[in-house]
Amino acid sequence: MIFGSILPLLLALCLSPLMLGIINKTKAFFAGRQGPPWFQTYYDLRKLLGKDAVYSVTTTWLFRAGPIVGLAAVILATFLVPMGSRPALFGFEGDLVLFAYLLGLMRFFTVLAALDTGSSFEGMGASREVQFSALAEPALFLGLAALAGENHSISLTGVLAGTGPWTWSASGSMVALVLLSFFIVFLAENARIPVDDPNTHLELTMIHEVMVLDHGGPDFAFILYGAALKMWVLGTLLIELAMPVRTGNAWVDTACFLLGMAALAVVVGVVESSMARLRLLRVPQLLVAAGALSALAFIVELI
Amino acid sequence: MNWLLAAIGVWLAGGVGALLFASSATWATRIGVASVVLGSVAGMVPVLSTLFGGPVLEFQAAWAIPSGSFSLGLDGLSAFFLLPTLVVGSLAAIYGGEYLLSYRNTKNIGMPWFLYNWLMAGMAVVFLSRNALLFMMGWEIMTLSAAFLVFFDDAKGNVRTAGWMYLVASHIAMEFLLVLFIMLGQEAGSLDFAGFAGVSRSAWLSGFLFVCAVVGFGTKAGIMPFHIWLPEAHPAAPSHVSAVMSALLLKTGVYGLLRTLTFLGHYQEWWGWVLMGIGLTSALLGILFALAQSDLKRLLAYSSVENIGIIFIGIGIGVLGVSRGSAALATLGFCGALLHAINHSMAKGMLFLNAGCILHATGTRRINLLGGLSKRMPLEGGTFLVGALALCALPPMNGFLSEFWIYLGAYRMRGIPGSGVVMPSLVLLAGLALVGGFAAVAFSKAFGGAYLGQPRQPEPQHFHRPGWAMRGPLLALALICLLLVPALPWAATLTVPMVQALTGFEGREILEQISSVQTSLWPLAIFAGFLLSLAGTLAGIRWAVLRGRKIGAGTTWGCGYAAPTRRMQYSATSFSQPLAGFFALILQGRKTEEKADGFFPRSASQSNSIPDLYLEKIYRPLFLWIDSRLIRWRWIQHGRIQAYILYITLTLLFLLTWKLW
Repeated sequence: MIFGSILPLLLALCLSPLMLGIINKTKAFFAGRQGPPWFQTYYDLRKLLGKDAVYSVTTTWLFRAGPIVGLAAVILATFLVPMGSRPALFGFEGDLVLFAYLLGLMRFFTVLAALDTGSSFEGMGASREVQFSALAEPALFLGLAALAGENHSISLTGVLAGTGPWTWSASGSMVALVLLSFFIVFLAENARIPVDDPNTHLELTMIHEVMVLDHGGPDFAFILYGAALKMWVLGTLLIELAMPVRTGNAWVDTACFLLGMAALAVVVGVVESSMARLRLLRVPQLLVAAGALSALAFIVELI
Repeated sequence: MNWLLAAIGVWLAGGVGALLFASSATWATRIGVASVVLGSVAGMVPVLSTLFGGPVLEFQAAWAIPSGSFSLGLDGLSAFFLLPTLVVGSLAAIYGGEYLLSYRNTKNIGMPWFLYNWLMAGMAVVFLSRNALLFMMGWEIMTLSAAFLVFFDDAKGNVRTAGWMYLVASHIAMEFLLVLFIMLGQEAGSLDFAGFAGVSRSAWLSGFLFVCAVVGFGTKAGIMPFHIWLPEAHPAAPSHVSAVMSALLLKTGVYGLLRTLTFLGHYQEWWGWVLMGIGLTSALLGILFALAQSDLKRLLAYSSVENIGIIFIGIGIGVLGVSRGSAALATLGFCGALLHAINHSMAKGMLFLNAGCILHATGTRRINLLGGLSKRMPLEGGTFLVGALALCALPPMNGFLSEFWIYLGAYRMRGIPGSGVVMPSLVLLAGLALVGGFAAVAFSKAFGGAYLGQPRQPEPQHFHRPGWAMRGPLLALALICLLLVPALPWAATLTVPMVQALTGFEGREILEQISSVQTSLWPLAIFAGFLLSLAGTLAGIRWAVLRGRKIGAGTTWGCGYAAPTRRMQYSATSFSQPLAGFFALILQGRKTEEKADGFFPRSASQSNSIPDLYLEKIYRPLFLWIDSRLIRWRWIQHGRIQAYILYITLTLLFLLTWKLW
C-alpha cells in the first residue's frame, strides 16, 4: 500500500529527465539527425554534479539558494500529484491551490536568483518569465476549478481520481477545453516552443534559459532536474485528463500512464519540429486564449 | 478594562510629556517611545486574555453629553484588531525613535511623538468604544494626528499635497459615518452601540446604512475607488508612520465595517456582491498599479490597496454565505478576511519599516537608483524577502495560509443553495490567480531592484547604516510572520466568537467548519516543514558535492562584453514594462522626454510616471468643476476673525429661532 503511493513519486524522480531525451530524439528524427542519446539528460546531470562552481562576485546567498528552493518546491509539488489510479502521497481539500503556488514559489526564487546577478540579459528573461506566468496563472486555476466542479473535490487526488473514461463520455467538451488550455500552459511553463525556445543561442530572445545563464556546476544540475520534474508534474495533469485509463489493475494503469507521458514528449517534439517560436508580443495573446478556454470549460461544465 | 484605560492614559500623558520636553530631542524621544511601549504592554494583558477565550469586558460611566453613556467594551473583534495595533505600534515606535533622530537638528521631535502617542490612543478608542459619539471622537483624534504626522516633512510640496488629500478624503468620508451613526442612533434612541443591533429596519434603510458604512469606512481602509489619498499619504509620511498607517490605520476601516455589519442584522445578498466587486477591483487594480510604480513606498502603498481588496472579498464571501444561509461559506469568508488582516498588518508594517531603512541608508526611494543593498544590509534584505513572500501569498508563508481560505471560499461558492453564483465564482478565481501572479511581479521588482544586483549609481557618500533600534523591529516582525505559519491553523479557532457575532450562526456550527478547514491547514503547515527540511537536505547535498572543490569567483556573464558597468543592469522599470505595456489602457503612464538632438547632443532625458487613474479621470475633474462653481462665494472666506464670529453668532441665532419656533 505504502509502496503503491510512493511509486508515483519514485517514477517521477527517476523518469522525468527521460522526457527531455524523448523530446530531443523526436526533434532529431524530424531533422534527419541521429540526435543525443536517450539518457543524455542523466549524463548531463552527472557531469554537472561533478563540476566545480564559479560564482559572479555580484551575487549573494540568494543566488545559491535559488536552485535549492526551486528544486525543493517542485519536489513537494510532485508529492501532490496522483498517477494513474494511484493516489498522491499527500492529498487534502484545497491542495490544488498549494500545487499552483508551489510552482509559483519555484519561479519566484529562479527570478530572484536571476536578478541577483545584475545582468541585463537575466533581468530581461526574468521580466518575461513573470509576465507570462502571471498571465498563465488564471488558465491553470480556472481549468482546475472546472475539473474540481465536475468531481466535487478540490484536491488534485480527488480531481484526477474522479476522472476516467466516463468523464470523456459525460462531459467530453469540458475536458477537451481544459486539455487544450493546459497544453498551452504546459508549453509556456516549461519554456517550450512556441513560447520559448530551449535551443536558442541568442540571449536576447530567451526566457527561461537566459535566467539561468550564470548558474553552473551542481547548481545548474539542480535547475535542470527541477525543470524536468516540473515538466513531469504538469505533464501528469495532461495525461491524466487525456487518457484516463482505469482498468482496475493498478499496474496496467501505470503502464498506460507511462506510455502516455512518452507520447506527450513525442507530441512536444513534433510541435517543436513543425513550428517556430512566436514573437514575444504574441505570447500574451496565446496565454489569454488559454485562460479563455479554461473559462469556457468552467461554464460548459455547468450545462 | 482598567489595564486598557491605563494604557490610553499613558499614551495621552506620554504624548503631552514628549511635547513638554520638546527642547531636548533625546528626552522627547525617550518619553515618546517609552510611553508607547509601556501603554502597549499594559494593553496587551486584557487583549490577550479576551482573545484566548477570556471574558468580554465592559466599562460604562455617565458623562455630560446627552444620548448614551461613556461606554467601552472589549470583545473578540476589538481584541483581534487591538493585538496587531499594540505589537506593530510599539515596534514602529522603537524604530521611529532612531529614525526621527536624524531630523533632530531641523525639526521639533516632540511634536511627532505627541501625535504618535495620540494616534495610538485614538486607534484604541476606536476599537474599544461602544458609543457612537466616543467612536467618532477617537476616529477624529486618530485621523488628525495621522494627518499631522504626514505633514512632518512639510517643506516638500508633495508632502503638503499628500497630507491635504488625506485630510479632505477622511473628512468627506466622515460625513457618511455621521449620517450612518445619526440614523442608527435616531432609531435606537441612544447613541450606544448596544441599542443599535436590536432595531428592525426596512430593507431599503439597512441597505442605505450599508452603503454609508462602505463609503465611510472604505475610504479609511483605502478601498477603490476611495483610495486616492493612500498612495500619496503613505509614501509622504515618515517611514514608521507609513508602517502604522498601512498596517493599522487601514484596519480601523475594516473593523468599522465589520462592527457596522453586526448592527445591521439581516444581510442582504447584494451587499456581498458589492463587497466582492469593489474588493476584486481593488485587488486587481491595486496590484497592477503597484507593479508599475518605481517609488518603493508608493509600490508598497498600492499593494496595501490590493490586500485590503482581498480582505473585502473575504468579507463579501462571508456576507453572501450568511444571506444564503451557508455556514460553511460564511465562515470561510469572514475567517479568511480576519486572518488576512493580521498577516497583512505584520508583513506590510515590516516592509514599510524596511523601506524606511533603505531611505535612511541611501537617501532615495526610487528603485531605479537602488540595487545591491543585500550585501551592505543583509538583515534588511532577509527580512524584506520574508515580507515579500508573505505578501505574494507564496507557500509556506503566513499570507498563503490566509489567502487559502478565500480561495476555498471562491471555489465553494458554486456549491451553495440558490443560483447565480457561477459567474462570480469564475471571476473571483481568475481574479485571485491574476492577483497572485501580479504580486509576484511587483515584489520581485521591489526586492530585486533594491536589494539584488549592483548599486545602480555610485554609492552615496553618507551611507547611514541603520542601527539596532531600527533593525530589531524588522527582525521581530519577520519572526512573527514566520511564527504565524504554524500558529495560524491553530489560531483559527480563536476567531469563533468573532465569526459568530458577524454571522449569527451557532458557535458549534462555526467551529465545525473551521475544523474542517483545519484539516487542510495542518497539512499546509506540515508542508512548510517539509519544504524547510527538503531545502536543507538539498543544501547539504550541494555542500557535500562541492566540498574540497574549487569555488571560483568571476564577473557576471555578459555575452563576452568586456567592460560592463553597473548602469547597464536591467532597471526596475524595464522589468515591469512588458506587463505595464500590456495593461497600458488602464495604467496610462505619462512619459516626458527630451530627445538627444544633433550629432553631439548636450543632454537627453526621459521620465515616466503612472498617475492614479481615478484621481486623473474622476476626482481631479470633479473637484475642479466644484471649485469653478464655488469660486464666486469665495468672498465669504476672507480671514477676518470678527466676521467669522459674526457667522457663528448668526448661525446660533438661526438655530435658536428654529428650535423655538
